[in-house]
Amino acid sequence: MKVMVAVKRVLDANVKVRVKTDESDVELSNMKMSINPFCEIAVEAALQLKERGQASEIIAVSVGLDVCQEQLRTALAMGADRAVLIKSGSDLEPLAIAKLLNEVVKREGPGIVLLGKQSIDGDNNQTGQMLSALMGSSQGAFASDIQVVGEWVNVAREVDGGMETRSLRLPAVITADLRLNEPRYASLPNIMKAKKKPLEVIDAHELGVDITARLKVIKVTAPQERTAGVRVSSVDELVQKLKNEAGVI
Amino acid sequence: MAVLLIAEHHDGVLKLATLNALTAAASLGSSVEVLVAGKHAVHIAAEMASYTGVNQVLIADAPSYSDQGVENVAALVTELVTTSAYSHVLAASTAYGKNLLPRVAALLDVAQISDVVEIISVSRFVRPFYAGNALATVESADPVKVLTVRTTAFAPAEKSTVSAAVKALTLSHETGLSTFVNADFSVSERIELTSAKIIIAGGRGMGSGANFGLLEKVADTLGAAVGASRAAVDAGFVSNDMQVGQTGKIVAPQLYIAVGISGAIQHLAGMKDSKVIVAINNDEDAPIFRIADYGLVADLFETVPALEAALS
Repeated sequence: MKVMVAVKRVLDANVKVRVKTDESDVELSNMKMSINPFCEIAVEAALQLKERGQASEIIAVSVGLDVCQEQLRTALAMGADRAVLIKSGSDLEPLAIAKLLNEVVKREGPGIVLLGKQSIDGDNNQTGQMLSALMGSSQGAFASDIQVVGEWVNVAREVDGGMETRSLRLPAVITADLRLNEPRYASLPNIMKAKKKPLEVIDAHELGVDITARLKVIKVTAPQERTAGVRVSSVDELVQKLKNEAGVI
Repeated sequence: MAVLLIAEHHDGVLKLATLNALTAAASLGSSVEVLVAGKHAVHIAAEMASYTGVNQVLIADAPSYSDQGVENVAALVTELVTTSAYSHVLAASTAYGKNLLPRVAALLDVAQISDVVEIISVSRFVRPFYAGNALATVESADPVKVLTVRTTAFAPAEKSTVSAAVKALTLSHETGLSTFVNADFSVSERIELTSAKIIIAGGRGMGSGANFGLLEKVADTLGAAVGASRAAVDAGFVSNDMQVGQTGKIVAPQLYIAVGISGAIQHLAGMKDSKVIVAINNDEDAPIFRIADYGLVADLFETVPALEAALS
């Protein structure tokens, strides 16, 4: 079966975010951008399915600006077979992204679609669930283990309080949690080879789905800053302050 | 128009996060109807009916919902919303709520708003993004607003003197898309992280899982919960459901004691709304000290036992 994996270009996880002074958005120009860490885990999961002989082909898909080709090349260098970029604006909502991904699903017919459980910029944790709804498929969100068994896939899910395993009918949408795997590094030869792998670019408007924004961003503000308090020199001083000054114990 | 709140429960026990979401639901100004789906629904419904702000409780206990498979429950919620005039659908922003509501929203062809921390009006909401480093105020134009609610931003609802009406539904959705295999829940006598007033959390500096015993002793003295950073979870010291941070649990206790935690952006995202933060770390340059109300630069292996002794 084919496996499709969605990747997103986001502000690098280690960059300190700054809100623009006009409160319209966060500052993204000239910032270091990377592949979303959860998407990297999804790519690795797809590669492992192929190495186990359970996936025949891995298609990496991204939705966004032309520059997202960089993140697709990263996925190709890790080992994906080919890539599709759905070219659109940079700030689509999860529902619009899910609709566009669903068009690629209709065309390619993957058995499993892998996504990260959330992007570290939007923090929405929605796209996989929405895509699954649009496909009418089963859904395995926050996966930490994936085992294909015939026409079904067993997914261990990280839930509050522990772990839950569900058996999902294929095709399935699975979103990756941090502990699903340890993504591999792309070697230099593989990065060179990735440049020759096919990367198709489709204009979002050609797909005929409604991607207009449902939410209007009124403003983006910085949260209230917490500032450093005091240093204490001993455990006794700490306990005294917690009892008498802060009154929390 | 009414607001539909999805109650969360597990093994016949109501998840307390539902009560925080109830406060958010009640603040929207319409009547609140609570849906309880699954096994033990009658028992949970009776409990939900006793809280202030609940106008009616709906029970859906068909066998197809007994394992709370998201595909079946989402189909149920979607049918309820399309056949009744609900203006909002809410759930707590827990693993359960995050799994369910985006699926419901897509089936209804509306946006879903995650992790709402403030309700400004019936259509305007505030939510954090970029690991809590920015707050977005958004206005929704959708006919139905589907929201998950950050529980630490809303107080839990109180018990009422009167009980709300309870109505049994006869709906059943069997999509046949998924089945329950098994569950592995870490059994803990200790208070749940998200509802604890005091949390003591350990990071990579703890060195091993066994050393978390030091934190547990302090936690027992204080009646606190024990949390962990991602580094501690990834190193296998403790189980992942103890993780506090952007991708773990979001907590806001009265007192948060961070032990051997450097204070990466991703960890701060989960605890920086705590009332008082204490940092114990031997690295005086650790970023955690920049937000800690009280900082102690010291070796945790001496400090934590001393702390336990000083408290008991």
